[in-house]
Amino acid sequence: MNKRVALTGNEAVAQAMKQINPDVVAAYPITPQTEIVQFFSSFVANGQVDTEFVTVESEHSAMSATVGAAAAGARAMTATSANGLALMWEVLYIAASNRLPIVMPVVNRALSAPINIHCDHSDSMGARDSGWIQLYSENAQEAYDNMIQAVKIAENPKVLLPVMVTMDGFIISHALENLEIIDDESVKNFIGTYKPDHYLLNAENPITMGPLDLYDFYFEHKRQQAEAMKNAKDVILEVAGEFKKLTGREYGFFEAYKLDDAEIAVIILNSAAGTAKDVVDELRAQGKKAGLLKLRVFRPFPYEEIAAAVKNVKALAVMDRAETFSNFGGPVFAPVRSALFDMKNDIKVVNYIYGLGGRDVVPEDVARVYADLEKIKETGKYDNLITYLGVRE
Amino acid sequence: MANLKELSKKEEILTGGHRLCAGCGHGIATRMILNAVDDPVVVGCATGCLEVATTIYPYTAWRCSFIHNAFENAAATISGVEAAYRSLKKQGKLKENFKFIAFGGDGGTYDIGFQSLSGAMERGHNMVYVCLDNGAYMNTGIQRSSATPRGADTTTSPAGTVIPGKQQFRKDLAAIMADHHIPYVAQASPNNWKDLYNKAKKAFEVDGPAFINVMAPCPRGWRYNTPDIADIMRLAYETRYWPLFEVENGRWKLNYKPKKYVPVEEWLKLQGRFRHLFNPENRHIIDEIQAEVDRRWDMLLERCGEKKE
Repeated sequence: MNKRVALTGNEAVAQAMKQINPDVVAAYPITPQTEIVQFFSSFVANGQVDTEFVTVESEHSAMSATVGAAAAGARAMTATSANGLALMWEVLYIAASNRLPIVMPVVNRALSAPINIHCDHSDSMGARDSGWIQLYSENAQEAYDNMIQAVKIAENPKVLLPVMVTMDGFIISHALENLEIIDDESVKNFIGTYKPDHYLLNAENPITMGPLDLYDFYFEHKRQQAEAMKNAKDVILEVAGEFKKLTGREYGFFEAYKLDDAEIAVIILNSAAGTAKDVVDELRAQGKKAGLLKLRVFRPFPYEEIAAAVKNVKALAVMDRAETFSNFGGPVFAPVRSALFDMKNDIKVVNYIYGLGGRDVVPEDVARVYADLEKIKETGKYDNLITYLGVRE
Repeated sequence: MANLKELSKKEEILTGGHRLCAGCGHGIATRMILNAVDDPVVVGCATGCLEVATTIYPYTAWRCSFIHNAFENAAATISGVEAAYRSLKKQGKLKENFKFIAFGGDGGTYDIGFQSLSGAMERGHNMVYVCLDNGAYMNTGIQRSSATPRGADTTTSPAGTVIPGKQQFRKDLAAIMADHHIPYVAQASPNNWKDLYNKAKKAFEVDGPAFINVMAPCPRGWRYNTPDIADIMRLAYETRYWPLFEVENGRWKLNYKPKKYVPVEEWLKLQGRFRHLFNPENRHIIDEIQAEVDRRWDMLLERCGEKKE
């Protein structure tokens, strides 16, 4: 039986990990992720999971040991934030290239320097090209749901790619929320048992993993990886369909909130989407045709679907909680704008960088974005392609 | 233990046809060590010559399961494999017994991989870690490491007119590993095959982590005549430069005591990387090396409870 509980985001994710019952978890503490591994280590200490918990000496070793465990044939997980994710960077690529279905919660936090423990997306966005599937979560419920779906997506034979499940540091990780959790048995049945085809602990059929791969084959392997990422699109939707049957909760590449007839719209990820929805409701009450696209799947990037979803919008703002320093906006902005290139109508698309280092994003901030969009819709012009929202300049 | 004739009949885990150089210590050491394991084994390997010369896709020279992850994380990677083994065993999902071994060069072990190694040893994984010590970053083109002997000419510690080769003495990694208080630590040379075989056997048999530091000469980096490898490996311990010892549960034991005093220059002079030391103006460096070898030998005798000579 499903039940309603009050949990923080970190508790919800740890709860999902407990129900997944991975064979190996290797992890290192880092704020604001620390609680996840603390909760999980108590499950290990109390014999509530079959997991071997490896208390490594760094995030680099956390990902390295997780790769070793997954290669060995185990269901393996770790969790991290910010600089921890950055320290894993080299091994993230190796996990994906070895086609290891690792699942990792990432509690979003700003990258140093200056050191800052609060939320932005510079960490996961920095890892966006490492070959990992990336699922973003608005709240604790979504983080929990994404974790469970992630296992099934990662392990699908057509995919076999690692999955990162993100949620916003402190805003979601440490705030108490009401959510519905699935009963243990249903989670177990939903994810099934993991039976890899090729793995190290197979004495009958030993394998060599991570060989030297020169110009005669490397490119083909990268091409296969790209194909797996392409396949992931269908699998993500299939898994979401099954998940809906189990829970009634609906997931797709994104959530289109009052977008059908919208003339002005915002694209946003994670917790700030909740704030934005409130603003949309208010604007709708005023008779303004405002809408929202909350992106859940950033890798693979569902560009066709995004373009189709916003095709009738006159003015669109992409809100990025990370900077790329390209002088051309944040990491979500560029691919969204590019996705719209083939559209016949002339949507004006602008970028807002917001919330870096945990800077609050309040309804007034988002309302200002929609007000700007109103103006752009009417005039067909904009003052700034990129706006730094809520910063003292 | 088995004699050499019997061992030679055992199926090699690292097969011929790999692409290591002729006269390289890696192949000799690896084959001898793997001869000492009877269970199925998973080999982990740091980035380096052993890995790139044995796993050129789509070929592999390994008859066992093998994993290469990155340069600095062989120990962490095998930690994960071993943890997976324990978990799957505990759950009854795996029947066979496995052994676990990680190989790293001195770069991947003394330097960039040191943290990962230290962590894995401290956590007590049931694994053997072998450092194939050729005293420099040979795979990237002979750059100095913290295992490079003083005075050696490498591409990042070149013998120039002002600085005559590497300025520091090498790090004593086996001693550092012994201070981790793991069940088994040893230093060995493939030339003394019996000694190496016995040490490998013990390392695989102990419950918990074991570390073996093996001298693995490199003909390219050390610049010796290929057939001289056996003499070089022998002179390394005859000159006391590379003593053969083991530390079992904290107890130090000297495995070989040279019968007569052989000066370290006997070992140095076979290698092109030390050629410049034999110019008169660099004589003092050979003397310094000798003094350091003597000092470390005395310390070792003390640790092993042996009488000073």
